[in-house]
Amino acid sequence: MTDTVISTRPLLAVLVSFAAGMLILATGDRRPNLREGWTIAAALIKFGLVVSMIPTVLAGKVITCRLLTLLPGVELVFRVDAFGLLFGVIAATLWIPTSFYSIGYVRTLNEHAQSRYFFAFALCLSSAVGVAFAGNLLTLLICYEVLTIATWPLVIHHEDGAAIMGGRKYLVYTLTAGTGLLLATVVTYSLAGTLDFTPGGFLAGHAPDGLLMLLFVLFIAGFGVKAGIMPFHEWLPTAMVAPTPVSALLHAVAVVKAGVFGCVRVLLFVFGPNLLRELGIWQAMAGVAAFTVVAAGLLALGQDHLKRRLAFSTINNLALILLGVTLLSENAIRGGILHIANHAFMKITLFFCAGAIYAKTHKDHVSQLDGLGRQMPFTFAAFTIAAMGLSGIPPVNGFISKWFLCLGAVQAGELLFLFVILTSAMLDVAFFFPIIFNGFFREPRPDVAPRIDEAPLIMVIPLCATAAFSVLFGIMPDAVLHFFSITTHAVQQVLGG
Amino acid sequence: MLEYVIAKYNYWVYVILMMIGLYAMMGKRNLVKKLIGMNIFQTSIILFYVSIGVKKGGATVPILEGHGHGGHQAVDVATILNPLPHVLMLTAIVVSIATTGVALAALILIYRRYGTLEEDEIIAARRAAAAPKAKDQAS
Amino acid sequence: MTAQLPALQIAIPLLGAFITPLIGWHRPRLAGLWALAVLAGAAALAVALLMQVTAHGPISYHLGNWAPPWGIAYAVDHLTVLMLLLITGIGLMAFLQARPAVAVSMPGREPYFYTLFLLQVTGLSGIVITGDMFNLFVFLEISSLSGYALIALGEDGAPLATFNYIIIGTVGACFYLLGVGYLYIVTGSLNMADLANLLPALYHSKVVLVAFAFFTVGVAIKMGLFPLHTWMPDAYTTAPAPASALIAPLMTKVAAYVMIRIMFTVFRPEFDIGVIPVATILGWMAVIAILVGGIKALAQTDLKRMLTYIMVAEVGYIVMGISVMNRPGLTGAILHIMNDACMVACLFLVIGALAHKGIPRTISELGSLNRKMPFTMAAFVVAALSMCGLPPACGFFSKWYLVQGTVAAGQWVFAGTLLVSSLINAVLFFRVIEKAYLAPGGGHGHDDQQHDDGHGTANVVRDEAPAAMLAPILIMAALILVLGPFSGTIIDAVISHAVPAAF
Repeated sequence: MTDTVISTRPLLAVLVSFAAGMLILATGDRRPNLREGWTIAAALIKFGLVVSMIPTVLAGKVITCRLLTLLPGVELVFRVDAFGLLFGVIAATLWIPTSFYSIGYVRTLNEHAQSRYFFAFALCLSSAVGVAFAGNLLTLLICYEVLTIATWPLVIHHEDGAAIMGGRKYLVYTLTAGTGLLLATVVTYSLAGTLDFTPGGFLAGHAPDGLLMLLFVLFIAGFGVKAGIMPFHEWLPTAMVAPTPVSALLHAVAVVKAGVFGCVRVLLFVFGPNLLRELGIWQAMAGVAAFTVVAAGLLALGQDHLKRRLAFSTINNLALILLGVTLLSENAIRGGILHIANHAFMKITLFFCAGAIYAKTHKDHVSQLDGLGRQMPFTFAAFTIAAMGLSGIPPVNGFISKWFLCLGAVQAGELLFLFVILTSAMLDVAFFFPIIFNGFFREPRPDVAPRIDEAPLIMVIPLCATAAFSVLFGIMPDAVLHFFSITTHAVQQVLGG
Repeated sequence: MLEYVIAKYNYWVYVILMMIGLYAMMGKRNLVKKLIGMNIFQTSIILFYVSIGVKKGGATVPILEGHGHGGHQAVDVATILNPLPHVLMLTAIVVSIATTGVALAALILIYRRYGTLEEDEIIAARRAAAAPKAKDQAS
Repeated sequence: MTAQLPALQIAIPLLGAFITPLIGWHRPRLAGLWALAVLAGAAALAVALLMQVTAHGPISYHLGNWAPPWGIAYAVDHLTVLMLLLITGIGLMAFLQARPAVAVSMPGREPYFYTLFLLQVTGLSGIVITGDMFNLFVFLEISSLSGYALIALGEDGAPLATFNYIIIGTVGACFYLLGVGYLYIVTGSLNMADLANLLPALYHSKVVLVAFAFFTVGVAIKMGLFPLHTWMPDAYTTAPAPASALIAPLMTKVAAYVMIRIMFTVFRPEFDIGVIPVATILGWMAVIAILVGGIKALAQTDLKRMLTYIMVAEVGYIVMGISVMNRPGLTGAILHIMNDACMVACLFLVIGALAHKGIPRTISELGSLNRKMPFTMAAFVVAALSMCGLPPACGFFSKWYLVQGTVAAGQWVFAGTLLVSSLINAVLFFRVIEKAYLAPGGGHGHDDQQHDDGHGTANVVRDEAPAAMLAPILIMAALILVLGPFSGTIIDAVISHAVPAAF
């Protein structure tokens, strides 16, 4: 089997942002620069810790950090394998630009309760990385629930009626889902006596098919709520009342990806491809995912609120990831996992752009953006790049993952789903390109400044950086962070295991 | 059947007393009567305990003479009374008195506050006290 | 000296209680310190007993060196030390907060309050430590009587609530006593261990069955199991805050302990399962308790009253864990006794701090409380999240075991009830949290002034409870977070020994 390296690095990576959160609270509103210093320091340290694990994992090893025994045979354990590392790297990497961007955003808009905001943000990151590195279902569940709660203060940040309602909706969906997950996990434990993630699954042969199907539904519904699978997606657009950096990092990277990540963990590391094939349930799952892909794309067309449109695009892409993984062919899984990373970079760029536009002009509807590209060319250029990527146009990284997804659909012999993937790309073009067209080519509205008047640099630089990385990963998928190699490792572990 | 009833008359007495007590606690609207019911209830149990220790036919207290090293000595069980239930009831009587005392103290507090010990009137007084408050909140 | 620990565990708070008023007559201030020292001593003894039991196994202490079954034995096993630790620990925390509170709310009468407080701790400790059925009744009445007196010290409705509690509590205690009498008739023994050996031959005797029924009903009254909970909300709501922080978390839990003792030490699991369907009945009563408790809690506007109804539901959790009759279930029940005691203690301590600051308990008037009392509210949030069963707080882990127990027993309705209940709890507590953290203004915001500036809370001045009251709150909150991840360790070291080997 794989070599195991004992190290506290995973634990430290989780705890560093938690510690930063505590320091942020202790520092409070009185010394904002020091407080933001903690955020950035923690982000950098976390990034360093996570990246330092890449070579070890690429060497085929698993980094483990055992803490406490929670149940007989189940420990609180962080185990970094290739798939977990991928999510960890994404979260840790994107926290850096988001930190800078957040500082710019909240200061530009003079937001209230900034300490709470940064505290909750740090806590979210802590738990998101915890989700990524969790070595068994229980650890995952614990981190997942912490993530749920830590996100709530961010969703209700504005404290107005819409925010509180959004927060309530968010809690109702996610806590109910968490309850379902708890039940599913307990049943799994009762059946198998273990909860450790095993590439290729550990549940086979432990229960009759009917019960396994029920478990599957519970798991997927539980994680699927955060992943925005229809019909559990409704909270996601509503939660867009949150400040934009929150939407950016949490609703494009940490929270929803934690849901997708959980789904994939369950699909590949609890049930395993073979069991899913035996049960035949992957087709139903793929059907739901495909429906979500198309329906979310269609619904996105009808949204005038920019962030809501992005939210539906997120739902669309998350379902695409799940569709890829449920097709169970090598290339499809590869494409799905790779899309977790690629989508994160592109979508965060888009949200950054939306936030920059809002911070500068207080415009948040698509119909208000006419000609704004002349005032904010960098922002709109980044937006264009990311939108191209999501539509699967080379040389942006979205092309790579969509390419593998299509290959995978062909490999699985599912031409219907190939058609779905291609349709989705067309829908992406349909709902993104009008924005770009309006921004650059429509007659400017009277309130658009005639010269270049961008948002503060601290916001523009991060969004340009993420856009640039999207292109870089499109040209060289294995550059810098080795996403491609990590993905390959993960796929080999699951299929070759 | 009648013999069966009569042979265990002590149990019947305690059951009847107990039911009287229970009825008074549930059925009476006066708090003092409730308290008396509670006392009857407790007393019935004390009687029950005492009666199970009784033996007829000249049984006496277990003061054993001439035993040696504390070892088991054969005694004629029929001649020995078991004192334990009675002793236990001494404690139970103390408990019962203490409970009555606390309850009476509570009743004094209630009487000072509401000027009555009828449950209906107390509830009415509390409602009347709460009503203006609720009206304030509603407005 | 170490051999006498079990006796000292009772003797120290008991004698301490009677010395307190003597000191109080001369030096009222000193009485508080004295009582504090006594409680700290009791807690230290509990820790010493824990060490002893985990190292050398259960202790059987013969009072006055009279060998059981004739003499009274104190049986100190793993479950006992766990309960002792809870009682003395929470007693100490509650007392830390009670001292400044009582000085304000009942000046001049503090020594009497302290005496009752110590007697309450004595009674509760006695219940868990004794191995004798009748002795248990005596301690039950000591704790109840001191509890009645403490509750009667409370606010407006307290005497009436106390009187109702006395009536129904006495019925409960009498039923228990009657059960003891019935067992005595057929076995001639009062010692629990002795009874456990004598009873199996008599399991089908009608007298034993009736005795068991009386025990169950009597204990259910004391623990406030639905539908015998009616005394609880009134009594605990009107009790003075420092007293409710002691009684509310402990009384119901100790009664639950008695239920576990009777069902698993005095009687054997075979009896509970095979002879009468008590498990099934209790399980369904628990379902109703959990749902009704939750729904009634939803209807409350008074925070403290809401908590008491949540306690009704929590008692249902424990009973459900007992009723499924398997290892994870009972582990969960015992774990939940511990966890719930800590959570309820923390919440009632928070209530105590609010009461001290004169903040109304009506939920709708809690606006901006996080600005006023940030640390208190942070502790409240921790306890609340734990109540909702969210990790890593300890409530999650007891819920885990309880659900596992119900699943293992194939009782899907029970499992569903537990899960629904944690959602109800989430609604209950997030309603409060939302109010305290988000609502602008001081709560009288029926007019439109709250919309003046987007977040009109800037003018709220921080007015935190004094450190002496805050410290126990924060300790309990920290404990809630620590107990969770370490629950595996606790189960290994203590609770696993308390579960009958038959499971």
